Amino acid sequence: MHPLRKQRLMIVIFIVVFSSLAVGLMAYALRENINLFYPPSKIASGDVPHNTRIRAGGCVKPGSVERASDSLQIRFLITDGISDVKVNFNGILPDLFAEGEAAVINGVVTESGELNASEVLAKHDENYVPPEVAEAMKDKGEHQKTCEGLKYGA
Amino acid sequence: MALDFVQLAPELGQFSLILSLCLSAALFVLPLVGAHYGSNVLMQSGRSLATGFFIFVAFAFFCLTYSFVNDDFSVKYVASNSNSLLPVYYKISAVWGGHEGSLLLWILMLAGWTLAVAIFSRSLPLDMQARVLAVLGFVAIGFLSFILFTSNPFDRILPIPPQDGGDLNPLLQDIGLIIHPPVLYMGYVGFSVCFAFAIAALLTGRLDSAWARWSRPWATMAWGFLSVGIALGSWWAYYELGWGGWWFWDPVENASFLPWLIGTALIHSLAVTEKRSLFKSWTILLAIFTFSLSLLGTFLVRSGVLTSVHAFANDPERGVFILAFFFVVVGGSLTLFALRAPVVKGSAGFSLLSRETLLLGNNILLSVIMIMVLIGTLYPLIADALGLGKISVGPPYFNLFFLPLMGLLCLLMAFGPLSNWKRTSGAQFIKLLWKPWVISLVIALVFPFVYRDKYEILAALTVFIASWVATALIADLIYRLRNSESFLVGIRKLSLSYFAMVVAHAGIAVTTVGIGLTSIYTEQRDIRMEVGQKVTVVEYDFILNKLSHIDGPNYTAEEALITVMKDGKFLREMKPQKRRYLASGSTMTEVALDVGFFRDLYVAMGEPLTETAWAMRVHLKPFVRWIWLGALMMGFGAVLAVADKRYRKIVKQEAPATNVPAGKLVNE
Repeated sequence: MHPLRKQRLMIVIFIVVFSSLAVGLMAYALRENINLFYPPSKIASGDVPHNTRIRAGGCVKPGSVERASDSLQIRFLITDGISDVKVNFNGILPDLFAEGEAAVINGVVTESGELNASEVLAKHDENYVPPEVAEAMKDKGEHQKTCEGLKYGA
Repeated sequence: MALDFVQLAPELGQFSLILSLCLSAALFVLPLVGAHYGSNVLMQSGRSLATGFFIFVAFAFFCLTYSFVNDDFSVKYVASNSNSLLPVYYKISAVWGGHEGSLLLWILMLAGWTLAVAIFSRSLPLDMQARVLAVLGFVAIGFLSFILFTSNPFDRILPIPPQDGGDLNPLLQDIGLIIHPPVLYMGYVGFSVCFAFAIAALLTGRLDSAWARWSRPWATMAWGFLSVGIALGSWWAYYELGWGGWWFWDPVENASFLPWLIGTALIHSLAVTEKRSLFKSWTILLAIFTFSLSLLGTFLVRSGVLTSVHAFANDPERGVFILAFFFVVVGGSLTLFALRAPVVKGSAGFSLLSRETLLLGNNILLSVIMIMVLIGTLYPLIADALGLGKISVGPPYFNLFFLPLMGLLCLLMAFGPLSNWKRTSGAQFIKLLWKPWVISLVIALVFPFVYRDKYEILAALTVFIASWVATALIADLIYRLRNSESFLVGIRKLSLSYFAMVVAHAGIAVTTVGIGLTSIYTEQRDIRMEVGQKVTVVEYDFILNKLSHIDGPNYTAEEALITVMKDGKFLREMKPQKRRYLASGSTMTEVALDVGFFRDLYVAMGEPLTETAWAMRVHLKPFVRWIWLGALMMGFGAVLAVADKRYRKIVKQEAPATNVPAGKLVNE
């Protein structure tokens, strides 16, 4: 082969190998670090893999928040109007976390179907509902987008 | 009389915005036509049009500010972002506290940069000047029509205006917000100037080292603003959000970080193009990408596709508009690039060990980092659009790529200043760099032992990288001074742009120390605190003394009084607050900080648990100030670089600035 062509071929091979390596690594890293979003009804129906980090969101069920008296341990229920899921969290809740409001939770679903939260996020201001939560609600047809329109069962 | 102006201000502002749209349209068309047909009159009109454009935008901005200061709640934007109880400085900063106003600020910045180009580019050939201004005019048309057709800040609520405004989001009632957006926008928009230079160069086909020299100060300045702007945002998040973090890999942060990464590549690539007439097409491409990423950032932040404090507008129409404009700009400029760039060819060669190669490495690494941040940022949006589910990409993804690549970049960075153009012998590198290597190694190995009981390998690595960069700079300085009679004489002979490089690179080292050591050594306790209870964090004791109720101008607050003891001795009192803002009813955390060069003490109130107990965050954050100090050094470096006399000389020459022979530029 012509030396110049050979050199070009080497360069092309190098670029192809290097970039596919980079893309492969990136895809791998993305797969390991992606958190899928699930509404509470999916968690309750067991469609969610256990012991994998996920994101969940819903409305905090009024009256469900229980605090431990000697630590920051807290438990509450989130709901999308179909099912409730119990959330365990040890830490400080965001300022705008409140009963009857939307919240997004990063965490892991345990064997017993509870959600162990590593992070709880609330909306940024009074009028705001996280889009994922809004959408999860909207899918349920009769409910309105926000948590106010949600009919909380007994 | 004053009353009349209050009533008229919104209409006058609106009117002058429309006028500035007309002027920017003229600014786009006339100079271009002039440049095409060689008409001096038309080409010269660019400068006056740019001035007019600036004056009318500035006046519109003034009108909106005036409405804010005078509480004109009949203006919808004022009503939803201000309140009569707000202190006057927050009324002014509330001008850019929402979508419409921040867009107006964007345009004001653009007008300011355009005016600066008109003033400082007189030494450029007239057709180049005309084309640069025309491109800026085009960008202005896009943004002015955006604001006028989709997000008018002067819309009224008539006939019955509200009694009082809805208040500025309390998160934004802060000194950080007063300065962060303007500085950041200066950076974002500043890259539009480099973009304009690149497009003008493609249009004329004059891609020489003179072109690179003209663009360089603009790129450097924009980059400096962007560096400081991003740091201000991070600083604000640190003390205002009350979580104790300073960077979250939040898509909105990434949106500002992407142009910074490519902008950094651009300022380095420009150096090669100026000094060696190499990488020309690549530099043009970088200039286009930097500005495109600024636009993409604006789109991501402003369209409401992302969830964040910054996403004001949840209006799809706006998103579509910016996206369309984005595609026009990117598509148009890349097409132009494809048509014209092949004409441009570099000829000079360089060997494997040379400054060119190192700068090429810098560019490749920065581009790779940018692409990986871009993918992580856009992937959730793309996945959502393709129906692959709602996902989010977490910080581990970003850290996995960013940290090793950035580390590698810093390791290579030390070689840069010591290398020569064309070729550098390996022996020279070894001769000059073995001492810095050994010194850094010793510092790095010893530091974790001395600093804390537990040995942290990563801390050693961080310290090594930072001191490697710093000591190599010192070695370079000593090498450059080797022949001068005395230190002072030698120092004086070195150019300002050399010191600019030193300061900016040292800034990277300082930021590296900050990021690394804060991440590794931060001690945080999120705990339940009763009145009288003591919490110990390393050598500090925090005692909650009492809780009290406070009334502020537009809020009420619970305040905790915390006494801090160091090694059993009284150090200071800290007073974090939990505020409730009256107008909006929203709750805010006011962090109490004890700022230090080597560590910050950080106390924030979480939530009330009982009458006498609160959830509290008590953090010890070593070296956290270094993160922002380094960024300030980078900004200062940019200022030094622009102040270098070789740029001023060129302005003064006022003369045949067309093609300064490249040889003249190399021996700086």
